[in-house]
Amino acid sequence: MKHYNPMMVQSPSQTVGPYFALGLLREGDKVFTNVLISGNTEGERIRIEGCVLDAERRPIEDAMIEIWQANCHGRYNHPLDEQDKPLDPEFMGHGRASTDIKGNYRFETIKPGSVPGSDNSTQAPHINVIVFARGMLSHAFTRIYFEDEAANQDDPVLTSIADPAHRNTLVARREETEGVIIYRFDIQFQGEHETAFFDA
Amino acid sequence: MNLKIKRFGPRDWKVHPPYLYEHYRSTPPRSPRKPLIPLIQTLSELTGPVYGQDAVQPGDSDLTTNAGRGGEAIGERIIVTGRVLEEDGRPVPNTLVEVWQANAAGRYFHKRDQHDAPLDPNFSGAGRCMTNAKGEYQFVSIRPGPYPWGNHYNAWRPAHIHYSLFGQAFVTRLVTQMYFPGDQLLPLDPIYNGVPDEKARQRLIAKFAHDVSEPGRALGYRFDIVLRGREETPFEVRK
Repeated sequence: MKHYNPMMVQSPSQTVGPYFALGLLREGDKVFTNVLISGNTEGERIRIEGCVLDAERRPIEDAMIEIWQANCHGRYNHPLDEQDKPLDPEFMGHGRASTDIKGNYRFETIKPGSVPGSDNSTQAPHINVIVFARGMLSHAFTRIYFEDEAANQDDPVLTSIADPAHRNTLVARREETEGVIIYRFDIQFQGEHETAFFDA
Repeated sequence: MNLKIKRFGPRDWKVHPPYLYEHYRSTPPRSPRKPLIPLIQTLSELTGPVYGQDAVQPGDSDLTTNAGRGGEAIGERIIVTGRVLEEDGRPVPNTLVEVWQANAAGRYFHKRDQHDAPLDPNFSGAGRCMTNAKGEYQFVSIRPGPYPWGNHYNAWRPAHIHYSLFGQAFVTRLVTQMYFPGDQLLPLDPIYNGVPDEKARQRLIAKFAHDVSEPGRALGYRFDIVLRGREETPFEVRK
């Protein structure tokens, strides 16, 4: 790490606790939802679906998942992303969901385009994820990749994970049910299939 | 032409609680055990959701009335104000702050909270506000009550207000809690004490602020929040 001497101490993270929905996922709220798309959003519609599991593979019924992603052209809706690609006014790219009693969560979104990585590399299409839960004093970062993307082979982040089984926990499985394209992405805290988490 | 974005400094793990902290009994089954994978920040981490004024409705920042039932919440009225800063002291302007809390009796307006304390129909316990150009925010509420929980025998959470902040990028996201000065429950609380560093723990305690107090109406507290700041080395890409 380079010399980094900030003036102030960071504020520490604390758990979201069991009652976060009261503040962060209010009933009927239009601002924070698990639906990222409108009727006019560009791109291939997909559903992200998965289960959050603890060390004993018991479902976690009070986790919150947030996602952040580029639009279908591979541009983030953020002032610092000045790439020469179109913005989609119908796509902000942020979603928030909680798990249900069975530990399941879901998002309705579109498949993102690829975005540049470090040293002029290209990253395979991916969705950035933060996991919060009761019992987590600090949140965890992970990413969702898509199993049908050839670009995964060369993705600088995926290939930085040495163990193939660990790497594979980031690759969502494609299913198609009644015309809906579903990518399944389970999140597991421990065990053989422990999800790869990042120090981002 | 190149696109250059300054990267953010690392999460300081002397400051942030570890995933596994046994005194908080829910952490053992919910903590990753494999080492975290280092991630060099790219456009994905250096951008993040931007919520504007349209995310906040008038009245959202007054929790004493925003339950919308026409009445006023029961409890000791408080005004909480402060600044959202980056580690180098630079303010974070126009960023959304979300808060939620228990009522004056120590009960959350949430179906899973079965604590035997009264609900207050005039208190939902949720609020939102934006920081201004100087990074300042303010909301009005009532002082939340402490409440028992099942972590260990005779366990009580100190009075606290939950905070959720975005900052300017995906990696500056922070969810934390604000505590009150002089609370005797703090030394006994495994959530507060999950923070490894004493100086960092102090960051979570608001300061009583007589100058923020409103005569005849509400007591004032000041609570600043410090998010990760920017490094010198940028992420760079051909546009």
